[in-house]
Amino acid sequence: MTKSILLVGVGGQGTILASKILTNGLMEAGYDVKMSEIHGMSQRGGSVSSQVRYGEKVMSPVIEKGKADIIVSFEKMEALRSLDYLKEDGTLVVNNEEIPSMSVITGEETYPDDVLEEIEKHVKAKVVDATRLARELGNEKAANIILLGTIIKAMGLEHIDWDSILEANIKPQFVELNKKALKVGMDAVA
Amino acid sequence: MKKLMTGDEAIARGAYEAGVTYASAYPGTPSTEILENLATYKEIYAEWAPNEKVAMESAIGASVAGERSMVSMKHVGMNVAADPMFTWAYMGVNGGNVIVTADEPGMFSSQNEQDNRNYAKAAKIAMLEPSDSQECIDMVKAAYELGEKFDTPFIIRMTTRVCHSKSIVELSDRAEVPAKEWTKNPAKYVCLPAIARNLRVKLQDRMEKLAEYSETSPFNRVEMGSTKIGIIASGVCYYYAKEVFGEDASYLKLGFTNPLPANLIKDFCYKVDKVYVLEENDPYIEEFVKQQGCTCTGKDLFPAYGELTPDVIRACVTGTPNKTMEFDKTKLIGRAPTFCAGCPHRGLFYRLGKRKDIMISGDIGCYTLAAGKPYQAMDSTVCMGASISIGHGAQRAFNAQGNGRRVVTVLGDSTFFHTGINSLINTVYNKSNTVNIILDNRITGMTGHQNNPGTGYTAKGEETTLIKIEDLVRAIGVKHVYVVNPNNLQEVDDTLDKCLALDEPSVIITRWPCVLKKFSKEDKSEFTDLFATKNKVDPEKCVGCRLCLKAGCPAMSYDKANKKVTINRAQCVGCDVCTQVCPKDAIVKED
Repeated sequence: MTKSILLVGVGGQGTILASKILTNGLMEAGYDVKMSEIHGMSQRGGSVSSQVRYGEKVMSPVIEKGKADIIVSFEKMEALRSLDYLKEDGTLVVNNEEIPSMSVITGEETYPDDVLEEIEKHVKAKVVDATRLARELGNEKAANIILLGTIIKAMGLEHIDWDSILEANIKPQFVELNKKALKVGMDAVA
Repeated sequence: MKKLMTGDEAIARGAYEAGVTYASAYPGTPSTEILENLATYKEIYAEWAPNEKVAMESAIGASVAGERSMVSMKHVGMNVAADPMFTWAYMGVNGGNVIVTADEPGMFSSQNEQDNRNYAKAAKIAMLEPSDSQECIDMVKAAYELGEKFDTPFIIRMTTRVCHSKSIVELSDRAEVPAKEWTKNPAKYVCLPAIARNLRVKLQDRMEKLAEYSETSPFNRVEMGSTKIGIIASGVCYYYAKEVFGEDASYLKLGFTNPLPANLIKDFCYKVDKVYVLEENDPYIEEFVKQQGCTCTGKDLFPAYGELTPDVIRACVTGTPNKTMEFDKTKLIGRAPTFCAGCPHRGLFYRLGKRKDIMISGDIGCYTLAAGKPYQAMDSTVCMGASISIGHGAQRAFNAQGNGRRVVTVLGDSTFFHTGINSLINTVYNKSNTVNIILDNRITGMTGHQNNPGTGYTAKGEETTLIKIEDLVRAIGVKHVYVVNPNNLQEVDDTLDKCLALDEPSVIITRWPCVLKKFSKEDKSEFTDLFATKNKVDPEKCVGCRLCLKAGCPAMSYDKANKKVTINRAQCVGCDVCTQVCPKDAIVKED
């Protein structure tokens, strides 16, 4: 059975690296894997998403609306925006992070106070303070690997040798930090 | 060896394995990474051309001289390259030649969603359509073999989802292919009318042979399952269809799609009860199926625009969309892309947008974002290089109307080299009085930082002659040329005033590097203190007027609690645009 993982966030949050590590791990573990991303305009502070699908034989590289097994959102508003894609009993992990868009900065729109409440009306979300936890580890940028850890735990992928996948895909000076970050993420949804 | 690759990486890998030695391209989403990856192979000479026409012609030259060559472009690039391409089809190849087009159903980063399969048909060039990364490799290799056998260039038609999706591929070694000998052969390579008439006859014959081959091509294959439904699909739509119908349908997967296999299609249609043709954009296959006298369902049920993803197919076939969670959509805020903190376009467009009674003729690049709030500083955008010529036509019209309205044109450095130069020649030659702004951010920014003739470096990172835009525009005949720092708002205003008062064409070059650029040694010596400082808000002086936020910097935000603006330290690079906007001198440098 093909599984579908959707990673969403804001350009610059590191969704692409997280999905790269995830897909390489899945391939090493013997799964067929497909991954789809939209880049281009979205690099400049726009919404971004990576779609990862794995199983014995994967057909479509894109996830259908209402069919994602898990959505991991690197930002609250993006979690709400992506709810259309979650299947009925799917898992939602939300980084408790608020990034104002330009329309909020210039005062055209207001970032609502109750985004998490609106989400929780429809699905029981696992809210993770990934950005704060990463800061505690010494580098805010490791939030993406913490969130990757939540996926690994939630999808039961702990058997894969993630440490060696990290070593192969991350600059040596950041490997130890990211190994710790992955653990923190896995523990956060345990 | 197995590897996860995007379609773009796989096209480059296929070219490597096929022994390609020459590649040229102009960057354009979603095709850019093809040449970027080709440039990483030491066996392949890869270059950025100033535009797709030049890239196509260079690849033709390499093929004529006996090498296997590749040219890649986004779909709209093929419009630029079409002129040589149509005649190239008459001539046929010496070394194999592959033309890659990356189409964009859904227009994620494009101004239209033209279906370039129509080009293959119109130009009579053989075409392949890969569905995943492995097919990208296999089809590129086959295109060189078949192209040299049938004496034809090949078009490989990709779409965004094939270009930017990763799937697993099996890598093979490179086959070194000796160069074919070049001999004088005007009957093949000099397309004057008498020769072209002969070549046209040969082209017809070649297409008939290719049509025969298409019937047996391994890329056109039948997979029989339930005969209640028969699916004819090409590209990624084949996998979308498999996702939706699985074993409950039979499939005719078409990969060799010009010429299409008439008999294979007819046989398949006879074997199944109902035929669906699944293809994105135009009814290219569908019309052919119907011409064969077969009945099928296509664009009467499935949309002719946007992506044909599995949920779209499912909704069309079953009549009910997938069940999704209902939530309060009024809680959503928009998140459009923006200029980065420190973007050198900010200062210019912040001031330009405040000018009344001018028309701003824009172009294709990051700066097209200036059309939106808070700048609203762009009134038209059509295609690469069009800003200057559209501006010329509009200015001529306003001048004739006698309403005094002035036209300002804006385009980037790479876009100017692409096709803006011709337009500026026209402006000078035809005595226009437009103000033409070239946003020289020292790199091709939008597509992710490719070198261009103005950067002094090649696609492979080698140093080369740096073409100075100010020298070029003076040589064209522009008398009024100003080079300004776009982060200095007073300088921007003064120069605009000066140029708008002229009755002759002028060029303003706003020269400051893209904040995301990896700075060259030339950048570091030309621009001092490049993004080396940080700004902060003095809470004693800030009155919370929020005027600075109208400059649209993502590093700034309004703190509702204490009614002051704050600057995100991690994002600020000290460009000082906000400092100049603040009426209370409340934004200062960090110590």
